[in-house]
Amino acid sequence: MTHTNEKSQTMADATEADILLDVAGLNGWYGESHVLHDVALNVHKGEVVTLLGRNGAGKTTTLKAIMGLLKPRKGSIRFNGTQLIDLPARTIARMGMGYVPDDRGIFGSLSVLENLLLPPKVADGGFELSEIYELFPNIEERLTSYGNRLSGGEQQMLSIARILRTGARLILMDEPTEGLAPVIIHQIGHTVRRLKQAGFTILLVEQNFRFAREMADRHYIVQEGRIIDEFHKDEVAANLEKIQCYLGI
Amino acid sequence: MMELLGISVQALLGQVLLGLINGSFYAVLSLGLAVIFGLLNIINFAHGALYMMGAFVAWMLLTYVGMPFWVALVVSPLIVGGIGMIIERTMLRPLHDLDHLYSLLLTFGLTLVIVGLFQNFYGVSGKPYPIPAALTGAVNLGFMFLPIYRGFIIAMAVIICFATWFLIERTRLGSYLRAATENPEMVSAFGINVPLLVTLTYGFGVALAAFAGVLAAPIYSVNPVMGNDIIIVVFAVIVIGGMGSILGAILGGFSLGLVEGLTKVFYPEASTTTIFIIMALVLLLKPSGIFGREV
Repeated sequence: MTHTNEKSQTMADATEADILLDVAGLNGWYGESHVLHDVALNVHKGEVVTLLGRNGAGKTTTLKAIMGLLKPRKGSIRFNGTQLIDLPARTIARMGMGYVPDDRGIFGSLSVLENLLLPPKVADGGFELSEIYELFPNIEERLTSYGNRLSGGEQQMLSIARILRTGARLILMDEPTEGLAPVIIHQIGHTVRRLKQAGFTILLVEQNFRFAREMADRHYIVQEGRIIDEFHKDEVAANLEKIQCYLGI
Repeated sequence: MMELLGISVQALLGQVLLGLINGSFYAVLSLGLAVIFGLLNIINFAHGALYMMGAFVAWMLLTYVGMPFWVALVVSPLIVGGIGMIIERTMLRPLHDLDHLYSLLLTFGLTLVIVGLFQNFYGVSGKPYPIPAALTGAVNLGFMFLPIYRGFIIAMAVIICFATWFLIERTRLGSYLRAATENPEMVSAFGINVPLLVTLTYGFGVALAAFAGVLAAPIYSVNPVMGNDIIIVVFAVIVIGGMGSILGAILGGFSLGLVEGLTKVFYPEASTTTIFIIMALVLLLKPSGIFGREV
């Protein structure tokens, strides 16, 4: 596989064996247009890693490609050592990858409880319903409501909650804070930290740099469908101007 | 003799019963169409031909292997449903990403092929299918005689409609179906095999048509064109009930059969057109249908 990442001096202190997700030379297309160019990134077990970038940089597309929802795609995506590039989304999900999409993917015609119980269990060790209700008390109050009656924040929590039930250990989370009030963002931040403590691995797409900075161990900068830079959390302060320039803040 | 507006109660109840029987077929057939349209976005024009196949397969099973009605009531829908799944896999799947006009044309063409094949081998005259012995005769309800087999049709239609509604609205499998109707990509990202779900759903909708066909075999003659007329009415029923609405198909089917029956009593000349007049009115006043969701 061509590993054309300009900057592959990974600062992660973990060893190769700890790599849960290893993406190399990933190319993707929307119909005729080539949208991902040799994307290379990795995520270690238990890490929270973000993809940062401006609108339309290819962050969501990268997540979709990893999840198997972008066709066609080429390159290498190894998850727990297994090559995913030729597998459909349903098989990838069964291997323990959970997806929280940018539109939250709540089914409006299903009740909240039906939404919560929809994703099949893919592994042992998922959250029990009681644990989910403890983490998201709002959800328990709204179990019989239909999905389309929920507020944006409630939808976001439900979207995360239903993945926690499945036992998936890697969660791809696409802009969980988008369009939400600060108090809800705070609650989502609390959840992400809880999940990290519980040993979940999270690949997070964010536009909200303040939020991302608080959560993540490492950041990748995405621009025009390429990974153009990478920062460990300890390097963020020293490179703040550079990062803000990348993000156009 | 009791009379109501110059019409005898017997005649009235007789037509109500007839209307309910027709309504039973409308309900089961439009239910199958609604299930298929809801998940696959396919207007299954072949539904009438598959209903006919259900009746014919039952007749063949009886004639060639002596299979009794009760067994055929299960086996024929399984066979025809299996054929439906093959149709979905080999012909409808490649059209999945295209406008649903393409699948409409394909299923319309399939109808002509299927009906033509059966006409070629069996002619246009009806094949007799006897009413099963246990269901012959009639019971006296006091105000009229109810042929037992007719009552059986209504009961079976109600049971199968309720079972289907329950399966779709109240079970885990049904929630997968409803979710896949809304957002198939998200459902597959949860690890659910959506293409398999689609094939099974089409097979199930087709099996409902075949089930109606087997029920029809003993009272209507089994012939290659038996599905042609009823399918037009059934399409009117699902437009009135709301495309893809399960409840709309069931309630619409029974009530429009009833309306048709009552029209026969009060104004027989209009009996075959009433449903289409109602369809035109519904399209004018609420284009998404009585139970349809506004788009």
